[in-house]
Amino acid sequence: MAETTPSNGKLVIKLVGIVIGMFGFGFALVPLYDVFCEVTGINGKTRDTASSYEAVIVDESRLVTVEFITRTNTGMPWEFGTETRRVKVHPGEVAQVDFYAKNPTIRNIIGQAVPSVSPGEAATYLNKTECFCFNNQPLAAGEEVIMPMIFYVDPQLPKDITFFTLQYTFYDVTEAAATTVAMNRIGE
Amino acid sequence: MSTVAEHSHDDHDHHHHAPSGIKRWLYTTNHKDIGTLYLWFAFIMFLTGGAMAMVIRAELFQPGLQIVDPNFFNQMTTVHGLIMVFGAVMPAFTGLANWLVPMMIGAPDMALPRMNNWSFWILPFAFLILLSSLFLEGGGPNFGWTFYAPLSTTYSNDSTALFVFSVHIMGISSIMGAINVIVTIFNMRAPGMNWMKMPLFVWTWLITAFLLIAVMPVLAGVVTMLLTDKFFGTSFFDAAGGGDPVLFQHVFWFFGHPEVYIMILPAFGIISQIVPTFSRKPLFGYASMVYATASIALLSFVVWAHHMFTTGMPVATELFFMFATMLISVPTGVKVFNWVATMWRGSITFEIPMMFAIAFIVLFTLGGFSGLMLAITPVDFQYHDTYFVVAHFHYVLVTGAIFSIMAAVYYWLPKWTGKMFDITLAKWHFWCSLISVNLLFFPMHFVGLAGMPRRIPDYALQFADFNKWISIGGFAFGLSQLIFLALLIKACKKEGEPVSDRVWEGAEGLEWEQLPSPAPYHTFETPPVVK
Amino acid sequence: MSKIVSGATKLLSILVAVPAFADAEVGELEWNLRKGVTNISSDVYDLHMLMFWICTAIGVVVFAVMFYSMFFHRKSRGAKAANFHESVKVEVAWTVVPFLILIGMAIPAANTLIAMEDVSEPDVTVLVTGSQWKWHYKYMDNDVEYYSLLATQQEQINNKFDKGENYLLEVDRPLVIPTGKKVRFLVTSDDVIHSWWVPDFAVKKDANPGFINEAWTRVNEPGIYRGQCAELCGKDHGFMPVVVIAKEPAEYDAWISEQEEIQRKAKEEEQKLLALNMSMEELMEVGEKVYLASCAACHMPTGQGLPGVFPALKGSEMVTQDIPAHIDIVLNGKTGTAMQAFGKQLSLRDIAAVITYERNAWGNNTGDMVQAKDVNAALTGN
Repeated sequence: MAETTPSNGKLVIKLVGIVIGMFGFGFALVPLYDVFCEVTGINGKTRDTASSYEAVIVDESRLVTVEFITRTNTGMPWEFGTETRRVKVHPGEVAQVDFYAKNPTIRNIIGQAVPSVSPGEAATYLNKTECFCFNNQPLAAGEEVIMPMIFYVDPQLPKDITFFTLQYTFYDVTEAAATTVAMNRIGE
Repeated sequence: MSTVAEHSHDDHDHHHHAPSGIKRWLYTTNHKDIGTLYLWFAFIMFLTGGAMAMVIRAELFQPGLQIVDPNFFNQMTTVHGLIMVFGAVMPAFTGLANWLVPMMIGAPDMALPRMNNWSFWILPFAFLILLSSLFLEGGGPNFGWTFYAPLSTTYSNDSTALFVFSVHIMGISSIMGAINVIVTIFNMRAPGMNWMKMPLFVWTWLITAFLLIAVMPVLAGVVTMLLTDKFFGTSFFDAAGGGDPVLFQHVFWFFGHPEVYIMILPAFGIISQIVPTFSRKPLFGYASMVYATASIALLSFVVWAHHMFTTGMPVATELFFMFATMLISVPTGVKVFNWVATMWRGSITFEIPMMFAIAFIVLFTLGGFSGLMLAITPVDFQYHDTYFVVAHFHYVLVTGAIFSIMAAVYYWLPKWTGKMFDITLAKWHFWCSLISVNLLFFPMHFVGLAGMPRRIPDYALQFADFNKWISIGGFAFGLSQLIFLALLIKACKKEGEPVSDRVWEGAEGLEWEQLPSPAPYHTFETPPVVK
Repeated sequence: MSKIVSGATKLLSILVAVPAFADAEVGELEWNLRKGVTNISSDVYDLHMLMFWICTAIGVVVFAVMFYSMFFHRKSRGAKAANFHESVKVEVAWTVVPFLILIGMAIPAANTLIAMEDVSEPDVTVLVTGSQWKWHYKYMDNDVEYYSLLATQQEQINNKFDKGENYLLEVDRPLVIPTGKKVRFLVTSDDVIHSWWVPDFAVKKDANPGFINEAWTRVNEPGIYRGQCAELCGKDHGFMPVVVIAKEPAEYDAWISEQEEIQRKAKEEEQKLLALNMSMEELMEVGEKVYLASCAACHMPTGQGLPGVFPALKGSEMVTQDIPAHIDIVLNGKTGTAMQAFGKQLSLRDIAAVITYERNAWGNNTGDMVQAKDVNAALTGN
């Protein structure tokens, strides 16, 4: 670009800067989206880390029904379920629901449960103090486990939400987990 | 006639020996040559993408599967969309910008001529890669031009890598083209050509160029994420790894909605040049046109989620995107009102470019109305992903963007070649296109409302009659474009009556007032005087 | 010039004819949006018509002015061009007036939207799961769940047979819901994004893999309502219809308890049959039927698959060598591919039969037989 005048050069550099900035912005949309989800409850994502139970005042005046759905994704041979279809809780009250999983195959499998809440707004008010979905769950061939999930509903929950559903889908992440472990080893 | 231009023409003959034959086109850094290359490339792509549309319409002529299997049908809808958006409409506008922006602002050439050459010549390779993927085992991309994950990641075949690569090249080409336009407009205006004297085509292209450099990198980002998700084990869009498929749609439409305006803002500019000429009256509300264009561009960044109302969003978010989208109709309406006011009490004649411009105003507005209807979230739940949407975006893109490009070609072609094009052929082209395009797209509103989803290779019996007529309209529209091809070949052979420098009686602007017809190879090597 | 004028008048007549055509069609309703059978769908229809008439009115006014100008301000009629090119008053007016019209549209639209997003407690909840290319319905309050597949014969699609009345809009097992009750649909997907759509309810919700979405309806009239998948979901996107039957609550209650009973019995029956061994002929006969219904869409009736998209079974290692691996992939599917988990969709007997069929059809003559008890062992780990 020998024939460009210096002022062209400066402008081009600025514009290329915008281009690079916007390419970065495309990737920045990923964490921004998570923040956005947390604020507005788009898509019913729940927090993926444990919340600590702050002694909140239990709202005895109303009951909220929490419904549970358990699914396994394609390629995941586990049996996964819960005896509890629905629980009624007061907002602020701590409740425990037990889930069971069994690996009926002859190979060891690492599973990851992915939660989703509907209506999405409720997700921001669901606080889980203990959940199997925070970490990978390895199950050896034939192994069975009972997995407790402890949660409370924030008393700030909007009054019009009296009923919401929490779904867990178990994915087989054995390969991905193996890659991560291998990557970590390389890192060391 | 300008003495300046005459002089520069002589200059060129004295000391500049351009290579001839294929090398001339390969190595050219001349904005007119590159403009011509872009326009021919766009036209070839228009015919290629059109041929795919013919396959789609042939399959949909009757219910049942007759001609292609569903997998190939999906490849056709996908590649048709990609080619028309990235191969036909966008390069055609870039071609027009190359030809016209320097002549309109009194610059000798584009600011970055070598980059200009590059930005064109990488484009054919992008499309060769895309088209060649159709011939691989398993076929090319079949997930729609919007390539929603996970259909385009986990569930696509390996040719997706080629798709990603070709989209990257298209993006780089558009970005380079946009940078060139911006630098040219910022730095190369003739003395006296201040901002509020610039022709509207230049203004709309400047704003379009900023949209391009803002969102094409985001597209590059999203296809990169798609590539790493598919081949390198990341999980941006995979729930199993903590990602979210809906995130894909947010990022894609953050690019996609401004992209829609990238394809229509230059059209607004073209119509704003043509209507005053044939009304023999200055454009009404020049300043408000500029502000309306800028506000449409700004609003385009905050409306993207109106493409995704059915993905499940909180009410507040849906309301926000609905209101923001409705708001866009205000500046768009201002534009239409301004064009009508320009015609009001003018002295109107109906030459071919004006006929296309009037068809544009009416039919684009029709597309605008269906767009406004689509903005209403509760009703969008019914319209979304049906033929109503297909009708909507073909009205704004075919009778909008493409008609404006045709209007532009007819308007400036005599200036480029120095000869009047074949008016009889042009009239045939206009009337055949106008009638067939409405037969093609108007009934789509009804099949959409009646419940026919888009992107399906076969349909229920109640849609059969209308689809037959739609297909007939489609074939007729396709054939009509061959008239245009014949006309363009004749024009390139420099057949026809010589035209005056002004060409059209009411035409105003540097290219008409200060340059001879045909415009010489080098123009404005000495800047013109702008009144 | 006169030619051009006649051309312009022709243009005018066509453009005037187009909206007239629209009116005629709207009168008949058949080609308009349907009013549907719920209060919401009726509100949506009213909103649609409101928008339509506002747009038509604006269009008529704007184009009347334009065509008036095109006719009376023609140069050929001797019109002299005026020279005005701005007017602040007019420009402010046509910015403010549309804005006010928009507010007039936004208020009813917002009201309908808020009514649609009602999250109060439902009477019945159905989990709707999309997968390539079928729907699965699970009643959350009863032990009833089943898959719902396209019932149109391949021969009709391939133009060998005449097409039936509900061509492509018929399924083997429709969803059944009660009328007059709030029915909530939880929508999700097993693979790609689908979209569950019943136009008569004005319900369209995307099925996103790993996430749940919800929509609801309260149907006023009993009847059969048909819809389709609305989001491109791969090869057979056009072939996964939705059919919903709305029944009076009493009929619905009877139906759902009957289904519960049938499904409970079927499970018992299946356990009993585990001890039974089927003959090769029986396995092959049942297997072929199951194969054509559940596998042939991808692996093709010839077992040759679609090269580069869906693998061939004819001569493939998977179906000619290791039996447990074969059972595993049919039962559980394969992550990251279109291969589904058929353990959830088919009976043990059908799975055993189809595996046997695949191992012995198209010249794969392995001679292997798989019985229901082998499949059960793989499923439960016992």
